[in-house]
Amino acid sequence: MHNKTIAEISSDLAAGKYTSVEITEYLLDRIEQLDSTYNSFITVTRDEALAQAKAADEARAAGNAGPWTGVPIAHKDVFCTNGVLTTCGSKMLSNFVAPYDSTVAANFKAAGAVSLGKLNMDEFAMGSSNEKSFYGPVKNPWSQDRVPGGSSGGSAAAVAARLVPGATGTDTGGSIRQPASFCGVTGIKPTYGRVSRWGMIAYASSLDQGGPIAKTAEDAAMMLNVMASFDAKDSTCVDHEIPDYTATLNNSVEGLTIGLPKEYFRDDLSAEMKDQIRAAVAEYEKMGATVKEISLPNTHLAIPSYYVIAPAECSANLSRMDGVRFGYRCEDPEDVADLFKRSRGEGFGEEVKRRIMVGAYTLSAGFYDAYYKQAQQVRRLVKNDFVEAFKEVDVIMGPTAPTPAFKAGEKTDDPVAMYLEDIFTIALNLAGLPGMSIPCGQIDGLPVGLQIIGNYFDEARLLNLGHKFQQVTDWHQQTPADLA
Amino acid sequence: MEWEVVIGLEIHAQLATKSKIFSGASTQYGADANTQACAVDLGLPGVLPVFNEEALRMAVKFGLAIDAEIGKRSVFDRKNYFYPDSPKGYQTTQLHYPTVGMGHIDIELDNGETKRINVTRAHLEEDAGKSVHEGFDGMSGIDLNRAGTPLVEIVSEPELRTAKEAAAYFKKMHSIVTYLGICDGDLSQGSMRCDCNVSLRPKGQQEFGTRTEIKNVNSFRNVERAIESEIERQMDILEDGGKITQETRLYDADKNETRSMRSKEVENDYRYFPCPDLLPVIIDDDYIEAVRQTLPELPDAKRARFVADHGLSAVDAGVLSADRALADYFETAAKLAGDYKLAANWVQGDVSATLNRLEISIAELPVTAEQLGRLLTLIKDSTLNNGGAKEVFNALVEGKGDGTVECVDALVDSMGLKQVSDTGAIEAIVADVLANNPKLVEGYLATPVEKRGKAMGPFIGLTRKAAAGVNPQVVMEVLKKKLEELG
Repeated sequence: MHNKTIAEISSDLAAGKYTSVEITEYLLDRIEQLDSTYNSFITVTRDEALAQAKAADEARAAGNAGPWTGVPIAHKDVFCTNGVLTTCGSKMLSNFVAPYDSTVAANFKAAGAVSLGKLNMDEFAMGSSNEKSFYGPVKNPWSQDRVPGGSSGGSAAAVAARLVPGATGTDTGGSIRQPASFCGVTGIKPTYGRVSRWGMIAYASSLDQGGPIAKTAEDAAMMLNVMASFDAKDSTCVDHEIPDYTATLNNSVEGLTIGLPKEYFRDDLSAEMKDQIRAAVAEYEKMGATVKEISLPNTHLAIPSYYVIAPAECSANLSRMDGVRFGYRCEDPEDVADLFKRSRGEGFGEEVKRRIMVGAYTLSAGFYDAYYKQAQQVRRLVKNDFVEAFKEVDVIMGPTAPTPAFKAGEKTDDPVAMYLEDIFTIALNLAGLPGMSIPCGQIDGLPVGLQIIGNYFDEARLLNLGHKFQQVTDWHQQTPADLA
Repeated sequence: MEWEVVIGLEIHAQLATKSKIFSGASTQYGADANTQACAVDLGLPGVLPVFNEEALRMAVKFGLAIDAEIGKRSVFDRKNYFYPDSPKGYQTTQLHYPTVGMGHIDIELDNGETKRINVTRAHLEEDAGKSVHEGFDGMSGIDLNRAGTPLVEIVSEPELRTAKEAAAYFKKMHSIVTYLGICDGDLSQGSMRCDCNVSLRPKGQQEFGTRTEIKNVNSFRNVERAIESEIERQMDILEDGGKITQETRLYDADKNETRSMRSKEVENDYRYFPCPDLLPVIIDDDYIEAVRQTLPELPDAKRARFVADHGLSAVDAGVLSADRALADYFETAAKLAGDYKLAANWVQGDVSATLNRLEISIAELPVTAEQLGRLLTLIKDSTLNNGGAKEVFNALVEGKGDGTVECVDALVDSMGLKQVSDTGAIEAIVADVLANNPKLVEGYLATPVEKRGKAMGPFIGLTRKAAAGVNPQVVMEVLKKKLEELG
């Protein structure tokens, strides 16, 4: 039962094989039994979930069912959910019950989906290992001494552990794709502006984008059908036609040109990783695609540019966490300055503070031009690389992350090593492009992800490519031995 | 030493939009604390701003009114600072690309000359909330109703040279924004607030002296008094060989002095950067032209027209055009009566005196412009004399009318104020007066012809005594004729 995909659950519910209440209860019980090991959930909303499932079953009985009616999912705890604790993985919001729904949560509600709860994450979505949550680290279901990736580590781990068939995530520098890669699941970061950011607690506003994590590309397509919407409440949302992402999953790959950036296959990438990615690309060649080597010459500038822009934006985005109106407040403040300083000093974790400090520094008088302004110029260079590349190729492929999941604690004392984890993913956020990670192999029993990068609003093609690959391979069906 | 005073003003005007600049919450003043603050205004996690286009339209309107460059691409920035009533920890404002660029206005000086003052820029931004320090038992309350109210901050060049000029500039800006209908101009509710930058330099010196900024002055009179007292303070220090500290000061109207609020040296580095939640605002010539079509006649144009087309003096025209509501009142009455000068005398006389006496605005005056117009028409056609008109006006002020124009005529009748202009009736009265006062007639006839004009005075008095409400003009003519008949 827990291996069922969203597509299967949807048709099973329609066929009356089981009810939404039944599968919801089943998954809630499974979470209760197993999640103490993985720590992928921060909040399990059992009562609300069962009430939603019951309402879904009633709607179905009344003849008002759509593809999503009664299908369970869970949300990364970055999405505000009305009346439910929304922590962003932080002590700062450990008492914050959101009084409104994010657009993403509202879209799922409107579609009739059932939310099982809120998933663990790196604090305020800052991290690549999910070791930075106030609610404790998340364990990778493939190897409990390894990290699940981050920041959507709870979402990827929960799907990999078959606790939930699909989960929402957000991606600012790789936070959907890298954990998907580490956990052997499918995740897509849409084009910036495709999914509304309303109610999605901001880390770096110009880079953040919500997207799905699921077992298959088909499920991700179903989820994106719900998540993508034009929302007047988000000024950066783009009013661009939204296709039915499931309609083109089986399109032919014949004649497609795949670009392989030479910068993604340098000497420091392990031979095993190169082999895995090339083998995956070969599957597409068998289907009739051609491969072309391309260059993204400014790839090496993406991380430095990102680590100026993202901290700068977060330094302002997180200023509202001041202990005045909501969230954590220090005990017995002496005065207003003390209230601000101690609430923030005690409420934020180390990595969040580091990025706020870096951001405040790069924006400060006398440094703005050298850092922030220059980083924005570099960002354009990075984007232009892709614009040029897409004149020659239809999609770009490469590894999602340089390695499979690393050991917990391995990089916690070395922020720069941790930042380098996102070397292949971060450039897309700077450019605003869509990217997907699908499981494409294993190294020493750990999953490896293939990243497929598309042109703006080309999500349907990415999902099509993911689906085609999953028709001829079974990497996406593999599960950790103890969960089989 | 002789000192030159350098003053620049930053005026914050709240825009009269129905909803806030980045949210749908109401901007209405005076509601219970925090009842007009939505999730966006509270700065809750996850919320996003959406720019209210009406605020843009108003800012562009203002820009056109001061003949300014309009920013076709304006960009909102975040100005970062922590303050309890600043919910997001930053204020959304426009730093490098304001909606309104360099413009200018003319102010009238005491000597009747006008002086052009350049306006550096006017940018859109959001207002903060309010901290409330009373009634919370040693703690502070926060009211975020005002948070997110749209403001234009209008920054002048440092071209003002006296406190009087500064006050005249503030008044002129007030006049312009209320004419445009983009700000209600209510100073007592903080709809317009003024920061005054003041510095002194030895006459002839090019570079500016160290300035201080007097924050949040909210009346014309206080702008003048605050600047005057600050000039005096700075001059005392400089004359004694001291140095001015660059700082923010507050004006205490009760003590008529400014006092230090905080030193600029410890002021925040605001770490401005473009707000990533808002797109640049792009407008084209068509948009600007469409807004231009909605511009009303502005005070300077109205004043010039009153002088050129209706023969008013420059001073009268200035007074009557300064406030749009008063100007509209005046012009409605003037048009109905067909006499701008008569209307000008009345509006600056009885109307203004009544407003001052009752401490009310023109909108609250019980006498409508149409009623005044009717009253003036009755003076013009001799139905009423000036005294009678004043009586009717006062009756209307006391609430004896019903708001209609017709009630003016009814009051004239019921109060028995209609003038007798019927020549036949007046001839009979004059004949009586002459018959009853033979000695006066004798004296008159003995007066040399060239002095007879003055000698007619007693007859006029007697005639008017015999019949109240007689038209003095007609009495004169009849008397002249009758007396000539006698000799």
